Amino acid sequence: MTSPLEQKIKITGPVVVTANRVGDGAVVYRRADGGWSTRLDDAAVATDSAGARVLIDAAAADDLRAVGPYVAPVKLAPGGHVRPGNLRELIRLGGPTIELPVTFGI
Amino acid sequence: MYVYDAFDRTLVTERVDEFRDQVARRLSGELTEEEFKPLRLMNGVYLQLHAYMLRIAIPYGTLSSEQLRMLAHVARCYDRGYGHFTTRQNIQFHWIKLAELPDAMADLASVGMHGMQTSGNCVRNITTDQWAGVAPDEIEDPRVLAEVIRQHVTLHPEFTFMPRKFKIAVGASSHDRAALRVHDLALRLHRNAAGEIGFEVMVGGGLGRTPFLAKTIKPFLHKRDVLSYVEAILRTYNQFGRRDNIYKARIKILVHELGVEAFAKEVEAEWQSIKDGALALDPAVVAEIAGRFRYPDYQRLDDSTPELAAARKADRQFDAWVGNSVANHKVAGYAIVTLSLKPEGGTPGDATAAQMDAIADLAERYSFGEIRVGHEQNLVLPHVAQRDLPALWRELDAIGVATPNVNLVSDIISCPGLDYCSLANARSIPIAQEITRRFRNGDLARDLGRLHINISGCINACGHHHVGHIGILGVEKNGEEFYQITLGGKADENATLGTLIGPAVPYAQVADVVEDIAAAYLELRQRPDELFIDTVKRTGVEPFRERVYATR
Repeated sequence: MTSPLEQKIKITGPVVVTANRVGDGAVVYRRADGGWSTRLDDAAVATDSAGARVLIDAAAADDLRAVGPYVAPVKLAPGGHVRPGNLRELIRLGGPTIELPVTFGI
Repeated sequence: MYVYDAFDRTLVTERVDEFRDQVARRLSGELTEEEFKPLRLMNGVYLQLHAYMLRIAIPYGTLSSEQLRMLAHVARCYDRGYGHFTTRQNIQFHWIKLAELPDAMADLASVGMHGMQTSGNCVRNITTDQWAGVAPDEIEDPRVLAEVIRQHVTLHPEFTFMPRKFKIAVGASSHDRAALRVHDLALRLHRNAAGEIGFEVMVGGGLGRTPFLAKTIKPFLHKRDVLSYVEAILRTYNQFGRRDNIYKARIKILVHELGVEAFAKEVEAEWQSIKDGALALDPAVVAEIAGRFRYPDYQRLDDSTPELAAARKADRQFDAWVGNSVANHKVAGYAIVTLSLKPEGGTPGDATAAQMDAIADLAERYSFGEIRVGHEQNLVLPHVAQRDLPALWRELDAIGVATPNVNLVSDIISCPGLDYCSLANARSIPIAQEITRRFRNGDLARDLGRLHINISGCINACGHHHVGHIGILGVEKNGEEFYQITLGGKADENATLGTLIGPAVPYAQVADVVEDIAAAYLELRQRPDELFIDTVKRTGVEPFRERVYATR
């Protein structure tokens, strides 16, 4: 079976590379300087397959800091802001859409 | 309660030390994720959308107050103050940090708890009826022979890398509360015509993308042969199960493709070669394990006292709760009390650390220090004196676990869905929450009667949607959440897979659809006591389909 990282990247719009941080599993985004950030606005945005390939290859090699990198769609908003491109990425960025039990009930 | 022996304690403690070393090597970079992943999965550590998730086994759904307090401690100290009870008698913590996991596991090990057999392609945590040992209709406590099997398969090298995970459930009552027939292997204790007690053996059940109900391959198996027969099944699966395609690797596919008769024949041949060997159960060994299940020192009490009747008459809410959440116990004067983890607007199966601590205290005062976990994601106090019910109810109500909705429309089984799970396509929890709000009227819910809604956020079916009276499956279409609706599923002794009623509906319409289905049932039922599931069976899904899609 071909690993997702070896598959051809097809993109139809702007994308970022995202993963989970090794130490605590937090959602992180690959920055242009090769670091990782929990802020989506800090992410390096690729707009073509070649750019996405560069980002994902570098991210995959950074196994000590981040787990399971993949290419995720984003939307570009005014002011240079980057927004999640789908519901899954919106939830990864913002957390569960429900009230957590610690604030519910007793 | 099951009392751990020195071997159990050593096994669990050594595993913590081993995992601590593995985590340190992962954090230092000595282990890659590819190398570390199978190691963490052997300890129940997953990576979800937002964080690592730790899944802890609760064998047979049986917990002591001490263990529940430890779960509260883990929730408070290592997580975000709550835990999620699952459909397989496990609990999950969704926000665990990798570096803190060994400490959390060490704390859990101090009360005999661990994450072994909650992940990976091994024999998973063996489940039973949450009323085991106290149900009036039980032949004998199914946990004893389940524990015999558990001891044999835990860390068994031959069953650690099977084609896929393997789930076993054991029951012993006429009414199946353990969803036996949706398991890879189900064992049902019963009496044969000669009055002997043995197992009906069923294999090849499971939900997911290809749902099947388990089929009987041996109507009666003597208890002494259970270990050798289970071994023969596992060996047959190990030999013939597919390893080339994860979607076809479960035993249900093997049983289906080989045919149940051919599969049974292979098992029989294997069994004949081992049945009289070392795996034939020694009654002394079984007795020793049985002796580790300690039962309370019950008092001699009367059933249905005038005091209880008067208390019910005096308080309508208490009366409703007793009618809904309290069941008969095999010992006179006692009751089985279900604690609903399904409050209006809440997350099914979630309990806060404060609730867990309070329930642990109440269990000590009212239930001989014992708590059970059911696959419906509720808790149970299994040994409550009926005379204590009024006082217990007030305390349960104060901590939000006395909603009188057990087995009613708002007692929803739900997976974590897209709010937490990396496999999910759609959210489950908000759908469940909205349905509980729509049916907040207790009189309506009681009028609707027994009605099981099961929700899964993807085809893997952790929310058992196939066997919900109303099943709801989240799917993704062009980036939007849609939900398929099935009707007529059941997980009990008459297990049935639900029937899809039509095209998937969007997120915003799901609760409306459930209301339409409930309204159709109230019109279609022949008598007030004809249950929803019986109406669906009598009419088929067509009248419900017409109602749901008439305006959509």
